Formats: sequence, C-alpha cells, structure tokens
Amino acid sequence: MTYLDHAATTPMLPVAVAAYTEALGRVGNPSSLHTAGRRARRDVEEARETIAEAVGALPTEVVLSTGGTEGDNLALKGLYWARRAADPRRTRVVVSAVEHHAVLDAGEWLAAHEGATLVVLPVDAVGRVSPEVLRAELEAHPGETALVSVMWANNEVGTVNDVRALAEVAHEFDVPLHTDAVQAVGSLPVDFAASGADALSLTGHKLGGPVGVGALLLRRDAVCVPLLHGGGQERDVRSGTLDVAGTVALAAAVESAVDAVPRRTTELAVLRDDLVARLIGVVPDATLNGVPLDAPLLNGGPARLAGNAHLSFPGCEGDSLLMLLDAHEIECSTGSACTAGVARPSHVLLAMGVDEAAARGSLRFSLGHSSTAADVDAAVAAIGPVVERARGASTRAARTAERVGT
Amino acid sequence: MSGGVDSAVAAARAKDAGHDVVGVHLALSAKPATMREGARGCCSVEDSRDARRCADVLDIPFYVWDMAERFREDVVEPFVAEYAAGRTPNPCLRCNEKIKFSAVLDRALGLGFDAVVTGHYARLHDGVLRRAADPDKDQSYVLGVLTADQLAHAMFPLGDSLKSVVRAEAARRGLVVAEKPDSHDICFIPSGDTQDFLSSRIDEAPGELVDAASGAVLGRHGGVQNFTVGQRHGLGLSRPAPDGRPRYVLGIEPVSRRVQVGPVESLDVVALSTEAPVWHGPRGSVSDVTVQVRAHGGVAPAAVEVRDDGLSVALGAPLRGVAPGQAVVVYDGDRVLGSATIAATS
Ligand SMILES: Cc1ncc(COP(=O)(O)O)c(C=O)c1O
Repeated sequence: MTYLDHAATTPMLPVAVAAYTEALGRVGNPSSLHTAGRRARRDVEEARETIAEAVGALPTEVVLSTGGTEGDNLALKGLYWARRAADPRRTRVVVSAVEHHAVLDAGEWLAAHEGATLVVLPVDAVGRVSPEVLRAELEAHPGETALVSVMWANNEVGTVNDVRALAEVAHEFDVPLHTDAVQAVGSLPVDFAASGADALSLTGHKLGGPVGVGALLLRRDAVCVPLLHGGGQERDVRSGTLDVAGTVALAAAVESAVDAVPRRTTELAVLRDDLVARLIGVVPDATLNGVPLDAPLLNGGPARLAGNAHLSFPGCEGDSLLMLLDAHEIECSTGSACTAGVARPSHVLLAMGVDEAAARGSLRFSLGHSSTAADVDAAVAAIGPVVERARGASTRAARTAERVGT
Repeated sequence: MSGGVDSAVAAARAKDAGHDVVGVHLALSAKPATMREGARGCCSVEDSRDARRCADVLDIPFYVWDMAERFREDVVEPFVAEYAAGRTPNPCLRCNEKIKFSAVLDRALGLGFDAVVTGHYARLHDGVLRRAADPDKDQSYVLGVLTADQLAHAMFPLGDSLKSVVRAEAARRGLVVAEKPDSHDICFIPSGDTQDFLSSRIDEAPGELVDAASGAVLGRHGGVQNFTVGQRHGLGLSRPAPDGRPRYVLGIEPVSRRVQVGPVESLDVVALSTEAPVWHGPRGSVSDVTVQVRAHGGVAPAAVEVRDDGLSVALGAPLRGVAPGQAVVVYDGDRVLGSATIAATS
C-alpha cells in the first residue's frame, strides 16, 4: 500500500504509541484528590506544559478537547456568545471561504440559530485571505464583528495564511481571531504567542498522535462561553473527565512532530516537488492548484504545506481517479467527501476560482512522516494508465449523454 | 448497491462466481439541505451506510457515485414533464434505461469493468431476457427496455431465486440488511405522495372534466397531472352520474387539457399502439404472445404487428387502466421480445 493521505490522518508516531499504551495501564481521574488522582493530574499537567512549550503558548492557554472539530466549534460558538453578551451589536462572524466544515458549518449554525450574520471572506487564486480584504470588511462594519476565523493552513490545497498580519488587523478593530491550525501544527513553525491569534485549534491525529484528542489554545484574556457544562475542568470552558492517556500521547506527538519540523519540511518538500514534477511529466496537462512550489517563505516558514500536492487532471472525474488509484494500491483523496462518501466539487477550489470541471477532476496527494521515495515512485508509475482510463470513462459517459439527448 | 438485500446478495453471488467485484452506491438526490448548495446532498445516508456495511462484509471495495445530476435530467424531469403532458411514466424503467445501464454502465466500461450487476429479479442467459423464477418478484417488465448492447453487459444473479431464498442467504452471509423491508415507493418521492410532488413542480393549468360519451362538461380541474387513466377518486365532481355509477378517468387530452370520464367498462382497452420499440424478436406479425402494461399485473394474451417505428398490439382479452406513457412489454412465454412506450389506446 502507498499511503498518500496524511492530511486525512497520519500514522501515530512510535513515541506517541509508547506513551499512550504505557499510560493506558494506569488508573486515576485527574480530578480525584488521592494518590492515583494526583498522579493522573501530574501526567496531564506535564503533558499540557509540553504542548504549550512546543507551540508557544502558556500551559493555562491549553484547553484540552477531542480534536479539531470540537476546538473549532468551541472557538466559534464560545467566542461569539461571549462577545455578543458583552456587546449585543457584535453579531458578525467573519470566516474565510476555504475553511474546513468544522468552522463553516459552525458559522452557518450561528447564523441560522443565534442571530449571527455570517460573512465569508473571498480568497485569491491560491486560496489565501488578504489582510486588506479583512480590513475592508471590519472597517465597513465598525463595532459589529464578534470574531474572525481564518485557518492557518488549508487542508485541501495546503495554502498557508499570514495569520500574524490577519490577527493584527483584527486587533485594530478589537476583534478576536481564531485560527484552525489542525494542518499546521507539526508541519510548519507555529508560535501561538507570536501569531497574535486569540484562539487556535489543533488535533492529535494529523501530527502523529491519537484520534480524538486535541486542544484549543485560548489566550488567558480570551472570554469563551462553554459548549459542554459539567465538572468545570479546563478553565470551566470544557468540562469532562480528562483523557490522561490521550493527552500524554498527544504531548509526545506534538513535541516530536514540532521538533522535527525544520528537517521534515525540507525532506517532505523534496519528495513533494519530485512527485509534482514527475506527475506533470507523465500527464503534461495536469496543473498544480494552490501556491507555486517555488514561492518565497511566509513568516519564516513554507507558504504551502510541504507534504501537499494538489493537482487537477483535465478530462477526468476525481472519484474515477481515486478508485483506479485505489485499485493500484495508491491511497489519496479527492479533497472533500460528504458523510455518504460522495465526491462533490470542493468549495475550496471553487472559492479559488477553479472552474467546476477542473475542480471535479482533482486529487490531493499528501505526504507525511512515513512517506518515502518509493511512495512517490509508485504514484508516478500508476498515474499514466489511471488518467488515461479515467479520461476514457469520462468521454464515454459524455458520448452517451449526447446520444440520449441530455 | 442500494443498501437493500437484493443488490447485496447479487454482489455476493457475483463475487462467489469469481468476478472481480466493486460495490457502487448511487447518490441520486441533491437536495440542498444546507446553505452549501448540494454539498451534502446524499439522499439517504442510512441506505448508503447499509450498502457500505454489506460491501465490508463481502470484502469488496465500495464507492459512492454521484449521479444526482444525470438522475434529475434523465429521470425526474421527464417524469414531471410526462405527467404535465397527461401521460403516466414509469421512472424505475427510465432509471434502468438511462442511469444504471447507461450512465453507470458507460462509466464502468470506461473504467475497465465488463458488466453492471444488479439485484433485479430477471433471468438473463446468452443475451435472452426472461421472467424471474419468483413470479411475485419478477422485474423483467422494467428491464425490457434494455437493448441487446446493454444486456450484453448486464448480470442479474437473482433471476433463478425466490426472494425468500435471497433473504435467507443474506442472513447466512451475515448481511445486516437481510430483514430490511422491500422498497415500494418511487425513490425520489419519499413521502409517497406523487400528487403533492407534482403539484409543487407543475404550474396550475386548469381544464374541463367532460363526459366521454356525451361531451357534456361536468366540472373543472387544476391540471392534468392530477389524473391518471383508471383513476376513480379525487375527480372533484359534485354531481353523481345520471345512472348513479362511479366514474373513472378514461383519457386525458394534453393540449385542450380536457379530462374524459365515464363508466368502468369504458376503461377496457383492446388495442394499443406504441412509439418505436426496443425489440429482440422477429419483425412483422407475431401472434400467441402475452403483453404486460405495468409493473405488477396488467397481463393479457395478444397479437403484435412489429414495425421499426412502433407496435400495434391487439389484445386477446381487454385490459383496464392502460395509459399513454406506460410501457408495454411483449413476452413469448417467459421470454422478453421487446418493450415500447404506449402512444394511444382504443
Ligand atoms: C483544517 C481542519 N480542521 C478541522 C479538522 C477536523 O479535525 P478532527 O478530525 O480532529 O475533528 C480537520 C480534519 O479533518 C482539518 O483538516
């Protein structure tokens, strides 16, 4: 098997597996007052400090959660409710057009049920939000915006945003900024304090930790209304008995992945550039979506996720390509899939101005810590016949469509 | 794989027969339930999940193919247009013709597959389509429209089996859908209320209800889509017939939008003519055949005159409730000779 879908989920790092399995054998609720409880509390707090240290946050700013979806929902809803409570005029929720559904749908929900006005900021042709576009929006509606949410790095095309510049603009208007950094942490240098963001979501399973553990980094001064009420854990923002083993494993993964960022971004970019060049070598009319591979650095890091190769193959249906590659034991993704597994043209590509046909005919290969040159070779070897076959299938379907007069 | 028991067992049997089988579930609905237009438009997520679980148990790859647009263009819109024109369409037949054995088959052939396997109850050997072994489940009627080309790339592994056997087999194979009830309704009208579905899609176009024999105007109606030939209820006539007997819809004139009504015996049809057929049998005059005019029942002995541009069917016994737009399928014994859309009856 050639696994080229690390953006969907990446294998757990051996250090995380070791930490996880070791911790699973111990009993103890971190809220208990006896010895076992104290031991568990200590494990969690040490893990929290490790995570905080790795991402430039204070330990109290780490709100442990179940992952990206929860972090995004908590940030959007919690910050919105808190800001609106403080000032009822602040009901605008500003997000970018390329956000993950965990942000977009939370915003839509606030609009449908909580009196919010959802503002979707356009992106440029590479999928990036311009700080000037944000400024224009905030200027046009002074005192009306509750929060801004713009992702650090996009999960489909890998485009990195200038979070620092965006946060500066938001703060000029006294608006908090949340950033979904699920794809960024462990792949790029991420420093929460330096970024200026008020809230940041991260998740374990995209960086070598377990699924179902993550954190929302929340600045000490950020006010956030909880989604989950109960025992008052996690600054009263996120109740629920803490997952000690998961947190310990998350910390091991974050520490290891963040340590490896400088080396890994270089290695992955070499593999990725080779993959893209050779795929286009075999399929000359294939085009790379998103930031060009030779783009200059952004805030000292890559402007595109180092492991991301997102291409359109003209004349093909993405899901035909995926299925044929799957049959060749190459595992990749068409970008976004709905709960029933239907591939629809991605909202990210459409927002970037990619036309619908090209959007339908696109594939995301995402490399990660376990990727090798052999994976690249396998994908390159398969793509020629796969594209040819997928094109045949599309032409054939188009011909019948004509024949039956539709 | 619809998520039902039949397609699951069909897939299992195809796999057992040594074929390289891939499960495909068709997403046919794109209701824009959220603000993202169609982004999560999967008709029944539960069905798709059932299908996926069956594929898991059978250990075959599984994909969902988005055919929503083709389905809308080739099945749903013509269905509405047919009713608006006062005809009675069969969307399942259309779906087999235009989706399963056209859009899906073409894509599959292009991708390197040899055939589309479905859980239909019909027998197909050497290109000859026959009624299924289970008379209650026989679906040859909705497959009669398939051309020789389409049949050459079709497989119906359930044709020789009784439904009860298929269910037992599903249970034995550990397929979760073994006890799932059969679906009867039109899949894109989950409420089952066709009238309501149509009225939200067809503008009101009032017309007259007239007595077929006398031509007397008996009342007015809101649109021909509200009527099918043979219908008795919902005519909205206040006055009873002079003889006190129930009145039925006998015919619909689409242009004048006149709906003719009359007594039950006037519903009897003894002859019908059709549009161009899909035909596998001999040309010219064919006698001693049977015809079927709807999915369940509506069978009669007949003699048929076969031309390229249509069939002339003389029925050996009258049939009731035969409407333009329906398909007539012609059988020699249990063998399907062909299918055509009914244009006129007398
Ligand atoms: C950008 C982004 N945000 C949020 C999520 C959701 O994270 P999780 O799977 O931890 O809920 C994902 C992953 O699917 C993602 O890629």
